[in-house]
Amino acid sequence: MFDISAAALAAQLFTGLVLGMIFVLLAIGLSLIFGLMTVVNFAHGSFYMLGAYFGFVLLGLSGSFWVALAFAPLAVGVFGLLVERFLIRPLYGRSPDDPLLLTFGLSLVLVESARVIWGKIGLTLDPPAALAGAVNLGFTWFPTYRLFVIAVTIVVVVALWVFLKRTNVGLVIRAGSRDPLMVAALGVDLRRIWMLVFGIGSALAGLAGILAGPMRGAYAEMGVTMIIESFVVVVVGGMGSLLGAVVAGLLIGEVVSLTTFFAPKLSDIAVFGVMALVLLLRPSGLFGEAGLME
Amino acid sequence: MQRRTFLKTATVGAATLAFPSIVRAQGGDTIKIGFPGPTTGPFGALAKDQQQGAIVAVEEINAKGGVLGRKLEVLFRDDELKPAVGAQRTKELIENEKCEFIVGGLAAHVQMAINEQTKAAKKLFISVSQSDEITAKPDLGPLTFHEALNPTITSRAVGGWISQNLGKKWWILYADYAWGKQNTAVLSEGLKKQGGTLLGSTPYPLGNPEFSAHLPRIIDAKPEVLVTMTPGADNIAFLKQAISFGMKKQMKIAQPLHWLPQLKQGGPDLYSDIYAGISFTWQLEDSIPEAKNYVQLYRKKYNEPPGDYGAYAYSAIHEVARGITLAKAVNSDAVASALLANPTYNHYKGKQWWRTCDHKAFQDLWIVKGRERAKMKGDWDFLDVVQKVPASESLDRTCGEKGVA
Repeated sequence: MFDISAAALAAQLFTGLVLGMIFVLLAIGLSLIFGLMTVVNFAHGSFYMLGAYFGFVLLGLSGSFWVALAFAPLAVGVFGLLVERFLIRPLYGRSPDDPLLLTFGLSLVLVESARVIWGKIGLTLDPPAALAGAVNLGFTWFPTYRLFVIAVTIVVVVALWVFLKRTNVGLVIRAGSRDPLMVAALGVDLRRIWMLVFGIGSALAGLAGILAGPMRGAYAEMGVTMIIESFVVVVVGGMGSLLGAVVAGLLIGEVVSLTTFFAPKLSDIAVFGVMALVLLLRPSGLFGEAGLME
Repeated sequence: MQRRTFLKTATVGAATLAFPSIVRAQGGDTIKIGFPGPTTGPFGALAKDQQQGAIVAVEEINAKGGVLGRKLEVLFRDDELKPAVGAQRTKELIENEKCEFIVGGLAAHVQMAINEQTKAAKKLFISVSQSDEITAKPDLGPLTFHEALNPTITSRAVGGWISQNLGKKWWILYADYAWGKQNTAVLSEGLKKQGGTLLGSTPYPLGNPEFSAHLPRIIDAKPEVLVTMTPGADNIAFLKQAISFGMKKQMKIAQPLHWLPQLKQGGPDLYSDIYAGISFTWQLEDSIPEAKNYVQLYRKKYNEPPGDYGAYAYSAIHEVARGITLAKAVNSDAVASALLANPTYNHYKGKQWWRTCDHKAFQDLWIVKGRERAKMKGDWDFLDVVQKVPASESLDRTCGEKGVA
């Protein structure tokens, strides 16, 4: 079992990195939305699925993967804005269970709608020609497209960090997650901020979806398992923590990858084992207490 | 998508769910055959092919005047791929709709639930999808018949061919549930008998779309053949990822079965050079007259060629009709006895027969290989037929091994 070459292990760590990147994108969105609005968004997995399908549609219309990659997350983001404005907003001030139930119901509606519109069989998306094939990393041949996924995620996470840390809107978002009453008292219309954050979170899920599409295909149920694992990432990282989402996303990606390598039967349980362990040692997650950005 | 189009699609979808499709023949007193199947859910495309195969058979039979002067009628019900729902629908078909015969079922565990109901009601059931248990103790009933291949036959036939033709150093990757495990067991045993080496076998959770974490280890082990049990949508995801890691060039990839809906979805870019077994492919129309008849009827009605699961249903409906004609009675017991007394038949792909001790249908299967895009003639020409594996009772467990001798 342990007669494994160093090259294979390095390749294994690299595959874990890509898995982690998708988790990171999903978890950041979930975590941002929860951190600011205390809404547990169960429809997040469906937004991920929509990202892949919108990507498929846009690819068909434009013939360009790059157009699809740019506009599919945007479309999911706009969809998220509308969901926040018309479905979730009426529920503010009520029990936190209400938005949870609403988004859970919404996720069922979206999965069924995807089946009705795009069929019960999945669709395939092809990566653009420039990203097809594999690159020699020295220790292994690695699919070019997967390297691209890593690069896009890094760019997006850095951009988001700069946005939250260096812009006025970012400042308001951070303040709003700490003390919404005080921010409102200062005359800031938090409802618009909430809508914006929900839109950004949804767009990130959509981005994860279109990025995952060429690797995994698009199908109606693709978000169902991802949402559970993404929640694990958010819990491990600490609810509301951006840094936590990034670190925990990568951690869970590597855990899945390495357990698949050494003990494949345990691969789908291992993530929950990690979560249990983290919760025992740090009940609020790895970076949970420190707030949204720290 | 425009709102109007969406509403239209949504309404049609809702209507389909609300009113299960019923093929009603003209005239009064029809012979009813109940047909449960998972029209919604991950096997929806295969279930649709089954229904269409059944409809083609019924229309063909009725066009020739029906059976004993009466028309056949098939009643489809959605079992949602759930055993409890399958049992309930079957009970309703028998008790409310007065179906004397049941044909259908798609997943092994739903078949068992349907079979329990038909056994209790003493009705003939012809199962039309893969299962080892259905023709073994304790599931086999006096009126249970199994038209499809089963994992043992498929994996013995395909595995034997692979080890003789593609290589004897294997890695097996399988979905961690009954079908995947059964095939893995049969394949490993067969490989051992051939003197081959199993370098490793890895399970993965069914429905998992991400295989990349499995691949470095398999690549590192350098097997000659990678055999996979990755059903449904998993098959597409797996092949996409394996190919992106360059594995198609490093080893042969094979699987027990190809499925037409997946071939259509993945296309030749994924499936070229992927080996598998298959119980029927429409290209057999070139060499088998009965296949030509079925494929033509199906194409005329649905504008596309039939798949393998539709063909099982087509054949099973014909068997019900043949049994009624032989028995001269619309009665499950009489039909079962008549079929076992005249076990040989040929509806769509050459000679088949029922083994009397376990009611298993023996039939030819074929080794096929995905075709390259450049060689395809038309949209559906995905497969090259490599070799026929002739029907043989030695490919299945004996009735003694099944406990039904």
